Amino acid sequence: MSWISYVIFFAVIALTLYITYWAAKQTTTASDFYTAGGSLTGWQNGMAIAGDYLSAASFLGIAGAISLNGFDGFYYSIGWLTAYLVVLFLIAEPLRNLGKFTMADMIGARFGAKKVRGAAALNTITIVMFYMLAQLVGAGALIKLLFGIEYWMAVLIVGTMMLIYVLFGGMTATSWVQIVKAILLMLGTIIISFLVLMKFNFNFIGMFETMKTATPHGEAFLHSGVVYTDTIGLISVLIALVLGTAGLPHILMRFFTVKDAKTARSSVIYSVWIIGIFYVLTIFLGFGAAKFVGSDAIIAENAAGNMAAPMLAGVLGGDALESFVAAVAFATILAVVAGLVLSGASAIAHDIYGQIFKNGNVTEKQQVAAARWASIAIGVASILLALGSEKLNVAFLVSLAFCVAASANVPTILLTIYWKKFNTTGAVASMLTGLIVALVLVAISPSVMNPVEGATLITGNPIFPYANPAIVSVPAGFLAAFIGTLVSSKRHEKDEVSYAEVRFKAETGYKELDL
Amino acid sequence: MTNQVARGKSTMDYEKLVQSEDFKGLVKRKKTFATPFVIFFFAAYFILPLLTGYTKILEKPAIGAMTWTWVYAFSMFIMVWVFTSVYMNKAKHFDVEVDKIIEKNVLK
Repeated sequence: MSWISYVIFFAVIALTLYITYWAAKQTTTASDFYTAGGSLTGWQNGMAIAGDYLSAASFLGIAGAISLNGFDGFYYSIGWLTAYLVVLFLIAEPLRNLGKFTMADMIGARFGAKKVRGAAALNTITIVMFYMLAQLVGAGALIKLLFGIEYWMAVLIVGTMMLIYVLFGGMTATSWVQIVKAILLMLGTIIISFLVLMKFNFNFIGMFETMKTATPHGEAFLHSGVVYTDTIGLISVLIALVLGTAGLPHILMRFFTVKDAKTARSSVIYSVWIIGIFYVLTIFLGFGAAKFVGSDAIIAENAAGNMAAPMLAGVLGGDALESFVAAVAFATILAVVAGLVLSGASAIAHDIYGQIFKNGNVTEKQQVAAARWASIAIGVASILLALGSEKLNVAFLVSLAFCVAASANVPTILLTIYWKKFNTTGAVASMLTGLIVALVLVAISPSVMNPVEGATLITGNPIFPYANPAIVSVPAGFLAAFIGTLVSSKRHEKDEVSYAEVRFKAETGYKELDL
Repeated sequence: MTNQVARGKSTMDYEKLVQSEDFKGLVKRKKTFATPFVIFFFAAYFILPLLTGYTKILEKPAIGAMTWTWVYAFSMFIMVWVFTSVYMNKAKHFDVEVDKIIEKNVLK
């Protein structure tokens, strides 16, 4: 790496640390720590959502997937963007109207039972751990590649940085790191896209013509079916992508960082535009890398294609652009893991410790202290797991997180808002069934079981045929909700809030002044 | 001060509130507005893999070397942007209704 690489890299880190220093002075209450005191504006939160959402999987993963598999890689872009319509039309406003800090709060606004909150917290922690692991393993690979340092050292560096942001700056620092990162990411992506388009003489249609012969896939590169030869398997992936977002705790948490549902709604609009533009540009990243880096070189660096975008930047803009892109990828991972730590910590400190063990009788000081300790626990646990997971496939971990979110959380979130008969038993049954079915099916899927020795964790023929089990586990989550509710239909628990109240509050955002 | 999430005994008569004509009207209008959009985007989303998986009609070139698969995919992006704008505009009307309901039924 040249001196300019170091300068750019450390400038990005210095900027994020300064933000943390500034934010630390403003973080005193639990609400500051979890939700930045609800003080973000619509565009700020929209940028932060984009910063949180465009993880290493989006930036590095999709670019690589398109460069290696053509249109099949683009399915991720379509799915992850369309997911926002689900969030906007069905979830954002009621969630914001009912909740306070976490997803469990929102479900807890209707069901008082501790087991409901416990199940929601368990799902949150599971999803967060899978997602974190994916980001940390990706970060390790990226830093190892850039600086030539050992994997374990790279993971420790990223892990320590993320804990600094979270512990000192809480959600305020995390949000601003995400905002800055979203701006840098868009800037980097636009520059690369422009350079790619320039190489194609600004001929967008001509670019497609060129791609017919630019890769080993030939014309198939431009069609669906390079990877997803089985349509049912593809639909299963698409279900997880489109519904998973609505159940991701770190994204849902972002709706509490604004002052009201109106602002929550407007932040979705901003994020949809930013994320949409980014995903359109993934075509240039993917096509550009396939054409100007070449699939052999991409695969040689990383079999999953994760280094395609930084390599393309190097080819087009030299060392300076490559290190800028690498620095952005680094900031991306930091921003996302910091957001993840916060949502995992909130599940432990707010839901499990505060609401379940202490019945909400905790002081502001205890809340913040608990949240910090929980952050350390989540952070250290994920670092330790990541240290032993170097060989795990990052994309598989992320799609697993989406699948668990779609199967375990989304049915309960939707039915809490929209189904009158839904009860405590149904909610617990749905959350646990979704979680268990998703995990078990993945464990016996081709992602874990492969006849080729060493390709996956277990050598052998997969029992379940699809890498992503959403097509079975999401219906299972809904089915368990219905069965659980119906077998106990007369047994509404006495701490359940009336559906009328939930409905009225969800639709109007009305809150009684009893907080 | 504690931070317990509010779930104390309510003094409001929510059964009466949700039965009010204003609220029922709001919910009905919201539903009538949102349902077609939700059905449409889910349908559009899942028709794409069905068409690419079971037919070849999207494999024909549409504009130059760009096939209909890509045109379909790009139109999904346009759909997302258009629907969010439509939702945003419509939601402003619902906000006005909500304010009226709260003013009339809750804060009198």
